[in-house]
Amino acid sequence: MTGDGARWVIWGAGVAMMSLIGIPVILVGLVLRFNPLLVVTAAALLTGLAAGVPPLVLIAALGKAFNDARFVSVVFLVLPVIGLMERAGLQARARAVVERFARLTPGRVLLAYMAARQLSAAMGLLSLGGQANMVRPLVAPMTEGAAEARFGPLSEAERVRIRAHAGASDNIGAFFGEDIFVALGSVLLIVAVLAANGLKVAPTRIAFLAIPTALAAFLVHGARLLALDRALAGEAARRARRQGPADQATAP
Amino acid sequence: MIDLHLVYDLAGLVFAVVAVGCALQRGAPRRASAAAFWGLIAVSFLFGDRLGDLGNGWLVLGLALFGGVFGLGPAPAAETVEGEAAARLSRLKGWLFAPLLVIPVVTLAGSLALPALRLHGQPLASPKDAAILAMAAGVVLALILAMVLTRAPPLAPARAATRLMQSVGQAAILPQLLAALGAVFVLAKVGTAVETLISRAIPLETPLTAVIAFCLGMAVFTMAVGNAFAAFPILVSGIGAPILVGRFGGDPAAMGAIGMLSGFCGTLMTPMAAHNIVPTALLELPPWAVIRVQLPTALILLAINIALCDLLVFHHIPI
Repeated sequence: MTGDGARWVIWGAGVAMMSLIGIPVILVGLVLRFNPLLVVTAAALLTGLAAGVPPLVLIAALGKAFNDARFVSVVFLVLPVIGLMERAGLQARARAVVERFARLTPGRVLLAYMAARQLSAAMGLLSLGGQANMVRPLVAPMTEGAAEARFGPLSEAERVRIRAHAGASDNIGAFFGEDIFVALGSVLLIVAVLAANGLKVAPTRIAFLAIPTALAAFLVHGARLLALDRALAGEAARRARRQGPADQATAP
Repeated sequence: MIDLHLVYDLAGLVFAVVAVGCALQRGAPRRASAAAFWGLIAVSFLFGDRLGDLGNGWLVLGLALFGGVFGLGPAPAAETVEGEAAARLSRLKGWLFAPLLVIPVVTLAGSLALPALRLHGQPLASPKDAAILAMAAGVVLALILAMVLTRAPPLAPARAATRLMQSVGQAAILPQLLAALGAVFVLAKVGTAVETLISRAIPLETPLTAVIAFCLGMAVFTMAVGNAFAAFPILVSGIGAPILVGRFGGDPAAMGAIGMLSGFCGTLMTPMAAHNIVPTALLELPPWAVIRVQLPTALILLAINIALCDLLVFHHIPI
């Protein structure tokens, strides 16, 4: 009897563990570069079916959650404006502006943007920055412009690296700024979850305790941005050396 | 009262324009599939609340079919402006930035002013949606200003939107789909399974091992589900509350703050996060480029968070 009971407990745990199937499905799917829409949909369906949710209930649950999450995609509302301004030459203008300032390097442009992003997020102004309305039209072309003005024409790998850094600076500034603002999503969520676990804390203490990590994030990523400048300068010097002797060879 | 649905209607309009723009691209490969894909998204934004849960579910499967199986085809080439119009644009100089600056200014002013506005004694706009409503108003004003400044032909914004949405491609809807996946995870009680797994697999005998398990668990589980907000309740009820606070008497505020920040380190490292999908698509980068750049910062900050967690949780800071 007790043996049977134990077997049921283990079986029950096994069924509970089956609901984890979605996580390896996603990992394998993304690593093998399958289409991400299909991978995520498959993971959702397999997770639900493994947990014993009836198929139609599962599809309805997926639909309801998708409909409730529409605010996530509202960011694309800004694309007509961005596209219209790009057609009018906005990105070229952004490059031209930084090229006039010799002291601006790609690392310094991004350091300034990250600082502004972190400070404004810490004041609750999370919607001032962003990948669609700031990074693509302004920050990325300014960073590329600063790099070209200083180090000459860039290789495709350098261009990718610089643009990726522009996106990363926005993320890091926003993530490690928003936790300092008391009335923003993450602090309120922390308070609510702790309360659900019977722990009562003041939002101001949570915001205060996020400050050391925020400073560390600025120092660590700021140092990496300045290192980016040195790496690009090194690349440019190597390029110049490679081209140098060839130029002399053709000289009379 | 004005609320989020006005913004959804606007976004639905933009997606509908993109769908028509794709349908009209003569000779483009897979244009029917692209038109169907963006059309379904437009339907979701315009009529999602009237479709019912099951209807929305079939819509999601339709998106996966058109986006994932049939594909969307390439983006149309960028338009260039030449001759007299180009000369006029170059005379605009710094004014070219004005429409982009209108968006943050109106967002800021609107999110402060909207909650205070009243009509017939009723609040004009839903206070919790003030920021996003203000952002939408900023976008509309910016579009009008951009049209006036650049004297673009009336259909130029539609063509520009089609080009940009097609260059972002199916990744556009991935963040929203991942949010829906998170809800399925909740339905399937994935969190309970993870809790069971963690509590059986990791010996949480000393405060330090518990801190490491908590912070690493936040980062790893955030990477798996793509969102620190989804991982947080699971790790708090699994380790944070019972072990760090309950068994070892730690400070709950520090546990919550540093736990969430450890989760953000995970967000920086995962292809599942909207925060990495959106810039990769918008900046036209190869799949792992943004994550590769963020990885060293994320790992260093995770180590710093573990050290801070050990320090702040067990030395109650009197603030």
